[in-house]
Amino acid sequence: MSDATNASPALLDVRDVSKAFGAVDVLRSVSLQVKRGEVVTVIGPSGSGKTTLLRCVNFLESYDSGSIRIDGKEVGYRDAGTRQRRSERDLAAMRAETGMVFQSFNLFPHLTAAGNIMLGLTKVRGKSEAEARQAAEHWLGRVGLAHKADSLPAELSGGQQQRVGIARAVAMEPKILLLDEITSALDPELVGEVLAVVRNLAEDGMTMLMVTHEMAFARDASSRIVFMADGGVSAVGPPKEILAAETSNERLRAFLARFRASHF
Amino acid sequence: MGYALNFNLIWRHFDKLWGGLLLSLELAVISIAIGTVIGLVLAVWYVSAGRTVRAIIAAYVEFIRNVPLILLVYLVFYGLPTVVDLAYSAPTSFVLTLSVYSGAYLVEVFRSGLEAVPRGQLDAGKAIGLTPWQRLIHVRLPTMLRITLPALSNTFISLFKDTSIASVISVPELTFGAQWINFNTFRIVEVYLVTTAMYLLTGYILLFGLRLVERRFRAAR
Repeated sequence: MSDATNASPALLDVRDVSKAFGAVDVLRSVSLQVKRGEVVTVIGPSGSGKTTLLRCVNFLESYDSGSIRIDGKEVGYRDAGTRQRRSERDLAAMRAETGMVFQSFNLFPHLTAAGNIMLGLTKVRGKSEAEARQAAEHWLGRVGLAHKADSLPAELSGGQQQRVGIARAVAMEPKILLLDEITSALDPELVGEVLAVVRNLAEDGMTMLMVTHEMAFARDASSRIVFMADGGVSAVGPPKEILAAETSNERLRAFLARFRASHF
Repeated sequence: MGYALNFNLIWRHFDKLWGGLLLSLELAVISIAIGTVIGLVLAVWYVSAGRTVRAIIAAYVEFIRNVPLILLVYLVFYGLPTVVDLAYSAPTSFVLTLSVYSGAYLVEVFRSGLEAVPRGQLDAGKAIGLTPWQRLIHVRLPTMLRITLPALSNTFISLFKDTSIASVISVPELTFGAQWINFNTFRIVEVYLVTTAMYLLTGYILLFGLRLVERRFRAAR
């Protein structure tokens, strides 16, 4: 195997990852690469394994076989062969290199917007309070919430909370940002402000892997789109190709048809 | 109605009640402090431990919750020293008992609070790279505290009242003071009226303080 020495050009390299919850195969030999600066979007019907795949990338979920590498380093296990789980300390250090934004925001309710961002900076990155505060204010400014630094999550709208969630993730300067249906829990009128922030990050060259149901956004912002069905990758390609109504992939065609029917 | 209330004798011996109240508070504060440490440590251990440890902690909780406190007080004060070679005063014995007793109740309060912390928050803690210990200190415990504060207040007040049981081993706390005055003056109605008022008032003051703390924390919900 040339794997060990092969410095893959892909920043994220998912190979043959499989996972079962009991008798249900949620991931079937999924392979997927994300290059530095790329924005890759995963679409597919619910239950197709999109979120599970994302959660495997920063090892919030373990997987049964296969390998996930970020920057050439195996994520959850010491090496893919022995599948010996990394120590919790190692895992924490690995996770600090991947940012994640959640569907339900998951802000720490006892900390202010700035406090949410500062926690990782001080405890994980070892920054001083003052440095962390400065970084928090910088990123809150980037997501348009400079004036909300001292607000608690409960005092923010859903869209504002999610923007803090994004700021919390990117402030850690991760190698890759994972976005898990980040607009699904938002009222329709708040979706735009969150997507605008993501688009900005994409323009800055942030590498992203995202799961979304916002097809228009996926079409505009993605380098490539991955279509998942039944735990496997069913189609990969540039947005124009994947979202074309006349695709030859039957499952994808059915998914898009159903999607159009319910959204337009 | 041949009975005329006369509080003069009560006021003459009021130092018994006042000193008793102070001792009651002291017993409560020390026992609750120790019990809180026991409860926190065991609750954190419980939610992260395997089946054996869980069974042992559950057995401790069940044992304490199903035995009357007064029996435990007798057991520790009269029983224990005859079995093991230990000598301790009645107040020490009671603090020991109430600590172990309150620990069992507080394990339950803290455990249910820890289990009620939304998984998403723990995921968020993991995702920014916090170690398990950091997640416990900076994410799980603060949220747990906010969830459990109302139940915690109730338990604290209840434990404060439980200090009255110390009177059965002659610890001169508030109830014991009341009994002493009763035996020496026979003004049973007056002395228990005053004592009740003292328990009530202290309970209200404690509750008021705890509610203030709750409100401070609830703001962040």
